[in-house]
Amino acid sequence: MSFLNYLISGISLGSVYAIIALGYTMVYGIAKMLNFAHGDVIMVGAYVVFYSTAAGMPAIPAVLLSVVICTVLGMAIEAVAYRPLRSAASPLAVLITAIGVSYLLQNLALLFWSSNTKSFTSVVKIPALKVAGLNISGETIVTIAACILIVVGLTLFINKTKPGQAMLAVSEDKGAAQLMGINVNATIALTFAIGSGLAAIAGVLLCSAYPSLTPYTGSMPGIKAFVAAVFGGIGSIPGAMIGGILLGIIEIFGKAYISSQMADAIVFAVLIVVLLVKPTGLLGKQIQEKV
Amino acid sequence: MKKMMTKKAKQNAITYGIVIIGFLAMQLLSATGHMSSSLSGLLIPFCYYVILAVSLNLVVGVLGELSLGHAGFMCVGAFSSVFFTKCMENVITNSVIRFIIALIIGAVIAAIFGVLIGIPVLRLKGDYLAIVTLAFGEIIKNLVNVLYIGRDGNGFHFSMKDSLSLGMEPDGQVIVNGPQGITGIPKDATFAIGVILVLITLFIVLRLVDSRDGRAIQSIRDNRIAAESIGINVTKYKLMAFSVSAGLAGIGGALYAHNLSTLSATPKNFGYNMSIMILVYVVLGGIGNIRGSVIAPIVLNLVLDYFLRKMQMLGNNVVLQFLSDNRMLVYAIVLIVIMLFSWSPKMIEWRERVFHKKAKEEA
Repeated sequence: MSFLNYLISGISLGSVYAIIALGYTMVYGIAKMLNFAHGDVIMVGAYVVFYSTAAGMPAIPAVLLSVVICTVLGMAIEAVAYRPLRSAASPLAVLITAIGVSYLLQNLALLFWSSNTKSFTSVVKIPALKVAGLNISGETIVTIAACILIVVGLTLFINKTKPGQAMLAVSEDKGAAQLMGINVNATIALTFAIGSGLAAIAGVLLCSAYPSLTPYTGSMPGIKAFVAAVFGGIGSIPGAMIGGILLGIIEIFGKAYISSQMADAIVFAVLIVVLLVKPTGLLGKQIQEKV
Repeated sequence: MKKMMTKKAKQNAITYGIVIIGFLAMQLLSATGHMSSSLSGLLIPFCYYVILAVSLNLVVGVLGELSLGHAGFMCVGAFSSVFFTKCMENVITNSVIRFIIALIIGAVIAAIFGVLIGIPVLRLKGDYLAIVTLAFGEIIKNLVNVLYIGRDGNGFHFSMKDSLSLGMEPDGQVIVNGPQGITGIPKDATFAIGVILVLITLFIVLRLVDSRDGRAIQSIRDNRIAAESIGINVTKYKLMAFSVSAGLAGIGGALYAHNLSTLSATPKNFGYNMSIMILVYVVLGGIGNIRGSVIAPIVLNLVLDYFLRKMQMLGNNVVLQFLSDNRMLVYAIVLIVIMLFSWSPKMIEWRERVFHKKAKEEA
């Protein structure tokens, strides 16, 4: 494999991270919480597609079904586990609950779908593209295209529509937004819905490229995508995309040129360096702490 | 003797008392032959669970930061102490003395790791700190899995690749063998030493919490900016709590490792799962409540153990299988329910209403 091949697979993996990171960054920007369960929603999305295609459903309806199920799941998690704790005295409360939800999803998946690795059949039917000696797989093309479409779509949604503007307002100041007649709970629920829907898409793309599916499939990419979101600047949509793609490239290069066993450690080292050098990330805003 | 014990001293005495009474009760059970084999197998695990829970509570409850890398420090303590034991197996034959030195080495090295990791990590807070400690825990586990150490006549050989690249003489012995870990560990851990370690851990943590330093740490938890403005060195005290906690986790790890014959770093024992399990104990016992961290691991395990045995007696194999396969599912539910019940403002209000009513009726 040549340098360019590594670069392309890095961008492809990075695009998946970017889509997951969008979910993190939106939720973090608005609810000011780290949704630990986000990675596990990805896994649920992938399982839904796996079982519905195995039952004979064509690819596109299966993906849509998965998006719907994950959206509902995300909203349910928010309503049951996070909303009651939103005004809790300790900021740790909602974080610990989120870890609990992540764990619950993993163990429920273990219970229903067993720990056996499922071999995921790719939903992408586009033939590979051969350009100047490079072999770009259909999955790569679809992943990168999906990532660009989602980022453009989300940016338009947030800047041009009323619910999007409401999201911005809630992320700036919850109290003031409420006074302006914005339904804060509904806006946060909408954010979770969008984030979880994107997680379903990310799950399908991830498993199409890396076809082994277990109940733990989502947790590592989930954590790495959070690293990507922090890298790009949490709360920023273009930041999530840039951070995700850079992280994907770093991971693939680390695997190829340094050590395949240490690739995860390299990714985490990136997080630590970013947080130490520029804690707001590449495109993040500096937030002053109020006394 | 002092005429009046302070309220705190009394509370602490009760905590030590619980441990000692628990120890005596277990001794009585085994002396009279009432100890079931599953329970006797749980005795040493109880000790390290309590040590780990109490030490994590120092970070989560007293310092007010969430560390998800506790199993990483446990891993450091386990491997460094067992490495020492293996090297000294034929030099120091008295297993108690050897184990005590191994424990000290495990604790010190884990505490050094705590300082090294704490310096960059403790500049962060909240969610960021949680995820970075998680990352460090995973990095430690990854590193241990690619570590090879052997010894021959020429001294120690290190490698990060495989046991062959150690380049040892034929008489050499591989001590740490990558993913296979360390094998043939002498079983030096005993219940009595475990209980003494629990008491030492409690002594250190309770003394720290009630000291001037401990109050400084708690002031950082309650309001960092206010603490800073009255001249408390936030980094120093955060680092103090973090490294003490790491050192104690190292002791827990050393105890854990010397209760096994083969030690290897798997996701199950030193991964994220272990960190979460300890967190469940802390949350169940009450965040910031040291005595709770002593009771919670024991009660949770005893209840589960009791349930399993009950099901076995009833011949209910479906439930038995379900519970033993899905212990973590139970833990996850416990974690969520306890958090919602004890931290949600609505639940707090409801609890106050109910309990106040009771109090009024009694009065």
